[in-house]
Order: sequence, then structure tokens, then C-alpha cells
Amino acid sequence: MEEQKTIDARGLSCPQPPMLARQALQKMNKGVLEVIVDNNTARENVSRMARSLGWEVSIEEQPEGNFRIVMKK
Amino acid sequence: MSVISRFLTSRWGPILTGVAVGVMAPILVKLGNPGNMGICMVCFTRDIAGALGLHQASVVQYIRPEIIGALLGAFVAALIFREFKPRTGSAPLVRFLLGMLATFGALVFLGCPWRAYLRLAGGDWNAIFGILGLIVGIGIGIMFLKRGFSLGRNHPAPKALGWVMPAIMITLLLLLIVAPQFGRDASGNPIGPIFFSEKGPGSEYAPLLISLGVGLLIGFLAQRSRFCTVGAIRDRILIRDSHLLNGILALIAAAFITNLILGQFSPGFENQPVAHSDGLWNFGGMVLAGLAFTLAGGCPGRQLFLAGEGDGDAAMFITGLIVGAGFAHSFNIASSPSGPAAFGPITVIVGLVVCIVIGLTMREARV
Repeated sequence: MEEQKTIDARGLSCPQPPMLARQALQKMNKGVLEVIVDNNTARENVSRMARSLGWEVSIEEQPEGNFRIVMKK
Repeated sequence: MSVISRFLTSRWGPILTGVAVGVMAPILVKLGNPGNMGICMVCFTRDIAGALGLHQASVVQYIRPEIIGALLGAFVAALIFREFKPRTGSAPLVRFLLGMLATFGALVFLGCPWRAYLRLAGGDWNAIFGILGLIVGIGIGIMFLKRGFSLGRNHPAPKALGWVMPAIMITLLLLLIVAPQFGRDASGNPIGPIFFSEKGPGSEYAPLLISLGVGLLIGFLAQRSRFCTVGAIRDRILIRDSHLLNGILALIAAAFITNLILGQFSPGFENQPVAHSDGLWNFGGMVLAGLAFTLAGGCPGRQLFLAGEGDGDAAMFITGLIVGAGFAHSFNIASSPSGPAAFGPITVIVGLVVCIVIGLTMREARV
């Protein structure tokens, strides 16, 4: 079965969101990781990090200025 | 506007910001700022602390418009691009303490990471020890981050909270322009509450409007590009991301070329402007600063820009910088060109112990 994981990184400042996401991606190898962040800087940093590791990234804007970043491989 | 924003948040953003800083800082030196100190977030904050009478070191007292501009530039960018989001609650008191400790370390070296790179680009080889110390301090901070160190989550705050730091900066600008002299010394001459150096680095400054304009531009660019002189090294080591590091390399290259053109490149260890040549404490001071900046999440410039975005925790860090700068001179911690001060080295050691305790004990609280 495909591994699925969610990290709530709202309220955390960089480097924590990309660091937590990177640690999770490296453990998963493949599957779907969802990270929720509440600012543009974390959105940019998490998605750039995931792409550099070869994951496919899609971003969905949510209410109250949150972003749902979905990474797939 | 959105084209500019897309460019600044692309991989070119930090590079453009680095080039802008690297070109403008040496020009500010040419126009009057102290040597290799076109921009220094810690030295300039220290000068502001002196101008406000928080320390009595008469050679380093001036309200630096670059600092005011940097925060206000980030504030304007955050408003335009809808990133003005007041927030707080992530261990503000610890951030205040980290701001103080970072200042102590940086003033033992005589410069923040911004100035360390600018000193290197001006041929001051003592900066090499400082930058090596900075990398070691960041490395120690990364070890704590990997072990789960966190200052906890912030939460949204009322809009008014985000306006406090910009309002303080505008007040500082007014104090710089009006320069009130209400006090009287024993002979009845006007003195204070705002103090300006008559000699020394505090008496050396570029024209106000130019300094303010450069600060505004850098604050604007850096808010968009997330420019950070500590995050650059941290991200490269921690998440193998060179996005910000490219900006630092661009800064050093641009400052080196600009210094060469302006005749300000003077290589060597001895007689460098506002610097000492004690390698051990140039290194040690920046280990402390690098660690404190990493635990707090970014360099002093980044903290100013975040404070401009409404981040109340970064604002506490900046307040710690200002207060710490006052203590650094009153308690004889800050170095001078003749070398480390009496209590500089011991303060670095105690500061490192405090940072290590913070690094080991701060975890995200479980609700």
C-alpha cells in the first residue's frame, strides 16, 4: 500500500517546515506526503526542497492563508 | 508588480539582493560610513543603543537610518504583497535573550554576518576567522535542530501588534531629525537624551536620505527574496539547499569588485578599519553569534525584515539586540580595534553555555 503522511507545520518558522518535510520524505522513499504551512516562505522552501529530491509537488491554497503542499513519488 | 515579485522569489532573488547589498554597502563607505561597515546590522543597532543613551561609549552613538529603512522597506513590501501577518507567541523571552547573546558574540568579533562578508570583500582577512566561527556556530545550532529543538509555534495576532516596530522606527527617524537636547551637563551645556558621536565610527556616516533610501531598498528586496546571511549556510548544510547561499556569494563578489573600483580594497590582517586581529576571539565571538542566530531562526537582517512583516517574536529578538548592545559596552564586553575587552572572552563562554542549555531544553510544548 502507498504510504501517506501529513505534517502540520503551521506556526513553525523556517527552517523547521522544510527540515521536517525532508526528514519525512527521506524515510518514505515513495508515497504521498502532505504538509500544511501558513506562510509563503515555508511554502516556497518546502516545495523547492521536495522538487530537488525528485518529488512531484502540487500546492492548494486554503482558507485563512494556509497552503496544503502535496508531494508525490 | 507581480512580475517583480515572481523574479524576487525565484532563484535570482537572493542573488539580486546580494548584488544590491554588495554594490551599495561599499558606496555608503565612500559616502561616509565607517570602513568595511557600509551596512552592519549589529554595529548599527549598537550605534542606535548609544544614541538613545543605553551605553556611554561616546565613539559609537548615532541613529543609523539604514536600520530604520531596512525594517520599513520590508514592512512596505509585506503590505504590497499581502504578507503583512502579525504573529507572536513563539518563546518571545528566549528570543530576547538570544538577541542579547548574538550581540555579545558579534561585538567581540566586531560585526554581524553581513559585516563579516563585507570585511572579507574589503580585504580584512580577520573576517576569515569570524566566518569560520559563524559556520561552526551554525553547525552546532543544526545539531540541536536535528535533535528536535524548537522555540514553538507562533499564532496570529491583532494587526496592531505588527505596527509597533514600524512605529518605533518612525519614532527613531524623528529623533534623528529633531535630535532633542533637553538635558544639561554641570556647566549648563545641552546634553542628551539623544547622543551623537563627535569622533570615532559613530561620527562617520553617509547622508541621511541616501542611507535611508539604501535601507528601504534592501529591506524591500530582502523581504521578497527571504535573504538571510545565516540561513544561507544553515540551509546548505541542513537541507542541501543553496538558494540563499548564492545570494551571499553574489554579495561578496559584488562588494569585492565595488571595493576594487572605489579603491577601498586593502588586503591584510593589521590596521583594518574597526577590527582587531585576535584570531581566537574573532572566531569565538562568531561561534556564539552563529549559534544564537541559528536558534532564533535567522541573521539580524532577517529578524529585522520579519519584524517588518509583523513578526512580534523577531521584534523581540531585535529588542534583545538593542538592549544587549547597551550591556556590551557598559559591561566592557565589546572589543575595540586594540583587541578583545576585559569581559569579552568570558562572556562568549558563558553565552555558549546558555545557548547550549537553550538548545537542549527547548522543545515544542505538547498541548
